[in-house]
Amino acid sequence: MITAERKPFEEILELLEGKEKVLVAGCETCVAVCLTGGEKEAEILAAELSIKAKEDGRTLDVDHISAIRQCEWEYLDAIAEKVEQYPVVISMACGIGIQSMAERFPEKLVLPAVNTNMLGMPQEHAVWIERCGACGDCVLGVTGGICPIVRCSKSLLNGPCGGSHDGLCEVTGPNKEEIPCAWQLIHDKLIAQGRQDLLMKVTPPKDWSKSNSGGPRTMVKEEAKPV
Amino acid sequence: MSDNGLKAGSNLERMFAAGHFVVTGECGPPKSADYDIVAEKAKALASCTDAVNITDNQTAVVRIASMAAGYIAAQNGAEPIMQMTCRDRNRLAMQADILGANALGVYNILCLTGDHISFGNHPTAKGVHDIDSVNLIRMYKDMRDAKIFQCGEEMPVAPKLYIGCAENPFGDPFEFRTLRLKKKIEAGADFVQTQCIFNVPKFKKWMEMVRAEGLHQEIKIMAGITPIKGAGMARYMQKFVPGIDVPQEIVERIAAKEKGAPQQEEGKKLGAEMIKDLAEVEGVHGVHIMAVEWEPAVPEIAEMAGLLPRPKLS
Ligand code: SF4
Ligand code: SF4
Repeated sequence: MITAERKPFEEILELLEGKEKVLVAGCETCVAVCLTGGEKEAEILAAELSIKAKEDGRTLDVDHISAIRQCEWEYLDAIAEKVEQYPVVISMACGIGIQSMAERFPEKLVLPAVNTNMLGMPQEHAVWIERCGACGDCVLGVTGGICPIVRCSKSLLNGPCGGSHDGLCEVTGPNKEEIPCAWQLIHDKLIAQGRQDLLMKVTPPKDWSKSNSGGPRTMVKEEAKPV
Repeated sequence: MSDNGLKAGSNLERMFAAGHFVVTGECGPPKSADYDIVAEKAKALASCTDAVNITDNQTAVVRIASMAAGYIAAQNGAEPIMQMTCRDRNRLAMQADILGANALGVYNILCLTGDHISFGNHPTAKGVHDIDSVNLIRMYKDMRDAKIFQCGEEMPVAPKLYIGCAENPFGDPFEFRTLRLKKKIEAGADFVQTQCIFNVPKFKKWMEMVRAEGLHQEIKIMAGITPIKGAGMARYMQKFVPGIDVPQEIVERIAAKEKGAPQQEEGKKLGAEMIKDLAEVEGVHGVHIMAVEWEPAVPEIAEMAGLLPRPKLS
């Protein structure tokens, strides 16, 4: 899933400076699951903004709404009536949702209330861990199902760097959260699978043109296009 | 390969070819545009080593570029081993820099992953890591031997390169460290310098594994030594430097002396003892002395270890 974190309240206030009519727009998909931008969080942010405005003696007409998915036209259509009433929308969806909102309602000022940070998985309750960088050329088939692109701090393709120690990545410092060394994990997994010969295989330089280095990507499925 | 069977013909390569026990030093360029600092360090190391590593934004801190500092070192009598990390350059810059360095007379290159960018003085920068060190070695070998760029395009004049790599016998997973060296040999590494060794028994165990794979016959192995300047430094490395294994008895041996000059003397003595010990290990072809910001200690240590004078090749 896509994960995001709410921006600091101060930054949100700065973005909304001078605005008198604001709609907070949540999304019921990824950002709701990661407890950042679902309907409940949208309601909370709207309430906080309202209280702050009252404290500051400002007038602020603020309300909230939530889309089932902010990144799809049909679900944006479903909330259009409400959106139309506000000149400013502060979105709690991921970066994709925020941009979809801005594109669907071009006359509105659409602002971000969250920082979209990764494609992660809920490791345990309230902990998400990055798992994929959408590199466009997946190597999980030769790395024991562990992504070296984002789980190795240096995106190494051919084994651990010299800093791997006690199962931890060199980026793990004293008093920092422990980061497992992806290559220790890959090493252990391939051996457990009896595929240790893969450790000796040289994976050639990555084709980054399939990632964002090749420019923004577009995916077209011709066979699924309406005729 | 040229007619004489040498790949680059550098002093480093020829010293190995002549069967000498080779000595290299290390020069960290300054964090300023100061020619003289590089020149002084190079001069201090020139007579007691066969070649000198020029670090590349060591510990992710910006310094004089390794290519430029390597050139300055050469002007001042020290043969450079230019370090190249995967952290700061993509494959275009890596190839461009090696062509430029080679045209300027830098023939030895050490291919490294590089410390993570978060350790340095620009922790908010983007780490490049376009290709990794194994692929970097392969790319340089192909430039030298097949006269091709990484993209496959040909070049009329190939660089003459003696290609090095690093390995850390104290990194994890321990058993994989020899295999990783093997991967680098297969990619084209001619010599390897190890991470600094403090835990000699563990290094010897690693060398046993290296010999079991026959790797010591396929690559020149240089044991890394870092003389300890004081107990504080030993404790710091023990605690905070990832991938370095400093046994407690070493810390205690240095700490037993008085702070300052006595501890420094002990550090040099220990360094020299370790060199003598490591030189006896089958398959160790040389020693790489990394006296971090303590270059003037190297001649003394080399002397104590019986490495001087360095043989002169005709
Ligand atoms: S290899 Fe690429 S596509 Fe596969 S998990 Fe990693 S980043 Fe995602
Ligand atoms: S310690 Fe492991 S995860 Fe960290 S950069 Fe090195 S190989 Fe990658």
